This record gives sequence, C-alpha cells and structure tokens, in this order.
Amino acid sequence: MTGQPHAGRPSQLLRNLNAKIASIPMILTAVVIFLGGTIWTVVYSFTNSKLLPRAKFVGFDQYERLWAAPRWIVSIENLAIYGLFTLVFSLVIGFVLAALMDQKIRFENTFRTIFLYPFALSFIVTGLVWQWILNPEFGVQSVVRALGWESFAFDPLYNSKIVIYGVLIAGLWQGTGLVMCLLLAGLRGIDEDIWKAARVDGIPMWRTYLFIVIPMMRPVFITTLVIIASGIVKVYDLVVAQTSGGPGISSEVPAKYVYDYMFLAQNLGQGFAASTMMLVTVAIIIVPWAYLEFGGRKRA
Amino acid sequence: MKIRSMAAVLAASVLLPLGAANATDLEVTHWWTSGGEAAAVAELAKAFDATGNKWVDGAIAGSGGTARPIMISRITGGDPMGATQFNHGRQAEELVEAGLMRDLTDVATREHWKDVIKPASLLDSCTIDGKIYCAPVNIHSWQWLWLSNAAFEKAGVAVPKNWDEFVAAAPALEKAGIVPLAVGGQAWQASGAFDVLMLALAGKDTFYKVFKDKDADMAAGPEMAKVFKAADDARRMSKGTNVQDWNQATNMVITGKAGGQIMGDWAQGEFALAGQVAGKDYSCLPGLGVTDVIATGGDAFYFPLLKDEEKSKAQEVLASTLLAPATQVAFNLKKGSLPVRGDVDLAAANDCMKKGLDILAKGNVIEWTDQLLSADTQKQKEDLFSEFFANPSLTPEDAQKRFAEIIASAD
Repeated sequence: MTGQPHAGRPSQLLRNLNAKIASIPMILTAVVIFLGGTIWTVVYSFTNSKLLPRAKFVGFDQYERLWAAPRWIVSIENLAIYGLFTLVFSLVIGFVLAALMDQKIRFENTFRTIFLYPFALSFIVTGLVWQWILNPEFGVQSVVRALGWESFAFDPLYNSKIVIYGVLIAGLWQGTGLVMCLLLAGLRGIDEDIWKAARVDGIPMWRTYLFIVIPMMRPVFITTLVIIASGIVKVYDLVVAQTSGGPGISSEVPAKYVYDYMFLAQNLGQGFAASTMMLVTVAIIIVPWAYLEFGGRKRA
Repeated sequence: MKIRSMAAVLAASVLLPLGAANATDLEVTHWWTSGGEAAAVAELAKAFDATGNKWVDGAIAGSGGTARPIMISRITGGDPMGATQFNHGRQAEELVEAGLMRDLTDVATREHWKDVIKPASLLDSCTIDGKIYCAPVNIHSWQWLWLSNAAFEKAGVAVPKNWDEFVAAAPALEKAGIVPLAVGGQAWQASGAFDVLMLALAGKDTFYKVFKDKDADMAAGPEMAKVFKAADDARRMSKGTNVQDWNQATNMVITGKAGGQIMGDWAQGEFALAGQVAGKDYSCLPGLGVTDVIATGGDAFYFPLLKDEEKSKAQEVLASTLLAPATQVAFNLKKGSLPVRGDVDLAAANDCMKKGLDILAKGNVIEWTDQLLSADTQKQKEDLFSEFFANPSLTPEDAQKRFAEIIASAD
C-alpha cells in the first residue's frame, strides 16, 4: 500500500515500486540471458560457425544435415521412449507409493527417507551405480548365475535394442522418490472431512482416490509434471555416466548430440541447430498447454 | 576508513604472491592419465621444474574427447592455461586463426627446430601461414596390432604374422573362451581401428585419395569395399569386449583375456607398466603386418597467448625443454612413442619401438587423420564406426554408403 489512490495509469506503474525495483535484476537476467541467448543461438544456427561463432549464413543447411544424421534420429527416438516411460511410470509408481505412505503406517519417516534418498545422488553417481549393477560380469546377472541359474542373461547396457530401458531403470530409481514426496504433500493437503464424507457415503477407497482425491490434486500434479518433463528433456549426465551413448550410438540423447557437436566436433552451427530443434519440440508441447492452463483463466 | 583498510588488505593479497614468485607457475593441461601416460608426463614435469619454474599439472581424465572441449572453452572463455596438449594438426586450427595462440617462431628459429625435427611433416602440422604455433613432443602411430602370446598359446595356434592369419586364428581363440579382438566402447577406438585397417589393406594411395583429396567416388569404390569387409570381420571378432576405455581393452590383451588389439603405440606404455616384455609376453605388428607404413600423428604442446610477461617467458623455457634431447628420450621411453628428434639415441628402446624407428628411418611415413580431417568430419566418422561396431544389423554396404557421404561433405 503506497500513497493515496490516484486515478489513471501513473499510480498503476508506481504501485509496489519497491518490489518492482527489486525485481529489475531478475527481469534483466531473464531478458538478456534467457531470451537474448536463445535468440542468438537460433540466429547462429543458420550459419556455418565452426569452433568460434561467425556470421556467415548458409540457410537451412545445418538443419538438413541434422535430420539426415542417423545419430540424431536415434537420439530423438530414445528421448521419446525415455520420456514417455519416465512420465507414466514415475507418476504411477510415485502415486502408489504416496498413497501407501498415506495409510498412517508406522515408520513413515524412515520409509520416506529411503525412497527419497536416491534423489540426493547426482545423475552421475546414479549412472555409475547402475552401470555396475547392470554389468553382466559384476552385477545382477553374475549374482543370479552364482545362485545356480547358469543360463540367466540380463545385460541391457550391452544390448543395443534395450539399452535405453537400462537407462530408464536408473532414471526411475533416482526420480520416483521426489514424485512420491510431492504427491504425498498433495495428499496431506486433502481435507480429512472429504475422506469422512466419502466413507459415510460408502465409496470404496480406490474410487475415492481416483474420482475425488486425484482431481482435487490437479495443481500438485501439474507441478510434478513440469518437474518430470524438464528432467526428461535435459537428460544428459545420466547417459554420459552410464553408457556414454553406447553401445555404438544406441543410447544417445539430443542433449548429448548438442554437446558433442558443439565442443567435440567443433561445429557450433550444427550444435545450435540441434538445440534449436530441442527448443522447438519443447515449445510445441508447452505452448498450447500453457495457453490452456494459464491463458484461459486470466481472461475469465 | 573501513573501506580503505579493506582495499589495502585486498591489494596486499594481490601483491604478495607476485612479489614472492621467483619461480613461475605454469599450468599445463593434458589428457595423459593412464598409468603409462602419467609416468611419462612426470618426466616432462621433472625436466621443467629443473629449470627453476614450476609445472602445475592440469591433467583432465577421460581421454582427448573429454579434455579438448574443456581446454578450448578455457582458452576461448578468457581463462587460458600456460600450455596445453593437443594432437597437432587441425584440432587447434581455429584457435590459432582467431589469434588466441602464441607464435613460437622465435624459439623455433633459435633452437633450430627445422633441422632437428624429423620427419619434417611434424613441424608442418604446427605451421600456419609460415608461423610455428606448437612444439611437437612425440610421434604416435596408430598402425599397430598388439597380440597376447599367452592367449595364442592357450588356444593352441601360432602367433599370427599378419591380419589374415589373425582372422584365421579367431575361431580357435573363441573356442578357448578368448575374445579375439578387443575394441573398447569409446567411439574414437572403433574409428581409429578402421583407419588402420584401411591403410594396411587398401594402401597409402587410397588412404590419401579418400582422406586428403576427399574423393567420394574412391570412398564408395571396390577398393574400400574390401576394407569394409575386413571391418566386418573385426566387428565379429570384437564381440564380447564389454569395456569402455582403451587401457581396459589393452589390459584384456595383457591378461590374455583377449587375443589382440588394434591400438596406437601408446598401448606400449601399459605393457611396460605391467612388466611385460616385447617379443616374449606380447608381439606387435606394425601396419597389421601387411603394410609397413606408420603415421606421424602425435602430441604437441600449444601455448595460449598470455598477458603476464613472467609466464610468457616461462612458456618459452617450457617449449625448449620439451624438445631438449634428454627430455625427449626420458619421456618417449615411458610413453612408448617415438621421439621427434632424429638425433637422439634410443638404445634403451625395446623390440617394438625399434621396429617403429626402422620404418621411420626408411621414411615410410604418412600423415594421419588428425592432420587431414577436421574435427567435425572426425566426429561424424566416429559416430558411424561406433554404430557399425556395436550394431551387427548395419551391413558393410550401408556403412560404406554413409562413409562416402561423410567424405563427400568433408572439409
């Protein structure tokens, strides 16, 4: 609350002046670094920049080469598989765990810590741990074989066709605990009276969850979704630590393509083109959704 | 008052180390981290420290592919190190063109590099527009097939003398539970092994036609089809390697778990470190026993342009230390590589190094892909061959078609 009520625009501009001044650095950061950097990247993706950026425009050449590169196609496919399964499984498993936690069980804190613990590890550590667990000579396969089942074979990281699922397992192990915690917080936010009312009406528990509680948790689900989705698009370190893209190129992901071509191949133009494609993909998904989610409400 | 005293303290903290620094610290970045390599780089550090300066070791683990981006971004980002390793050739080309690297022509003329460095192509690779920008330290050649004598003994076959015999011996090795050919998972290993096969089986002319003249028709032709056929054999023989790093793959040969490995002469440092003797515990076939030609790729030190005069002076000292005869001998014996000077005595060299020196003396040398191809083309090649070696459903014919496309668009 500042000053007396004025009529017209100036008062609008000067309202909460302190807060506005305080947010100037952040606004500048957002505009210059995020927006400026993005535009710069997109512009230079149309050049033939090699190690250092240079403004020699070559049209869509970089994009043509990108979409002709088998490695890029494999990367996109892997991201699609990884993304879809991560989204579905971490939400389903996370919610089931949260619902189980919510049954007023004993030692809830202990369990919560155990489930959340993997999240405290970086993707690099996660990747290395699962590299060893899934290694046929030291990990699961050798343990099962030592138990007497000689023909048992489980070596996803050394099989081109299923390697991305090996990465997926590690990703889920790391991320599901956080999803569980977020959803558990959401469950705790549901008024006890709702449960009592449902019980009085004789609605079975699973139906209460499915048709009453989950719709009420919509905001929490959206937050969770955004966190999971951003984790999917930028997946890089997990792959680097666990498989370094192998065997061959079968577990490559787009972010790794960007890095490799920008810095290893010393071809900035190609890397920028790839990162622009990533941005476009994200925009295609996010923009309509954000419009529906936020745009509609403002007008209403 | 308070601000002034703070400023004084700050100024003092900046001034003090400057005043105290008699010996200049020079940070040197490199990617020599395996056992044999670390032992070799310690020799360089020792020689540099003896000049009264201090070698600050900036080893970056994870081979050149991991290290180079870090080095390049430090140089382009305005935080240059005192000196850095690159494979001389085209890796640092743009850094030099952008004026970020120091011109060493003065040092080179003073120390007569032109006369002592043999073969001359090494110095040519350091030269851009008539100026010298790097100090070559060794000659590394990729064209070696390392064989475990123990593995062949176990399989009951004679140690092969050339590639064809090696392929013929593969089934016997497999029957004995030995992986015939170790190829680590890192992409550059598959790509390098292919280049070696290509030089050995298709010869020097084809190699130059494809990689120097970028002749796409040659790359798609029948001569190359032969090479892809051999690469297909190599792929079959490498099944079951399941390791990533090159030195782990070398270790499979050392321990007799694998029959052989196509790897550069830096592998020799690992054999030496494991106490193995050339000719007795392991054998080596330069040019895969087919073509006696070795490439003169290798490592060189580049010196970023620095503002600090003390450090610039230390850079000159380092450059001449690296090429001093004593350093060359000590370093290269540990590293398993060949010295860049034609006038040093390598009496202590082992059998394999002597074979290399012989070929070098005969002048059967060739420029390697680091010198001929841009990093971009190299990376595309690596992508192709790492996929080829990991994915049996990619046929040699399809791979050759893609190879020809890469060559057609190479720069």
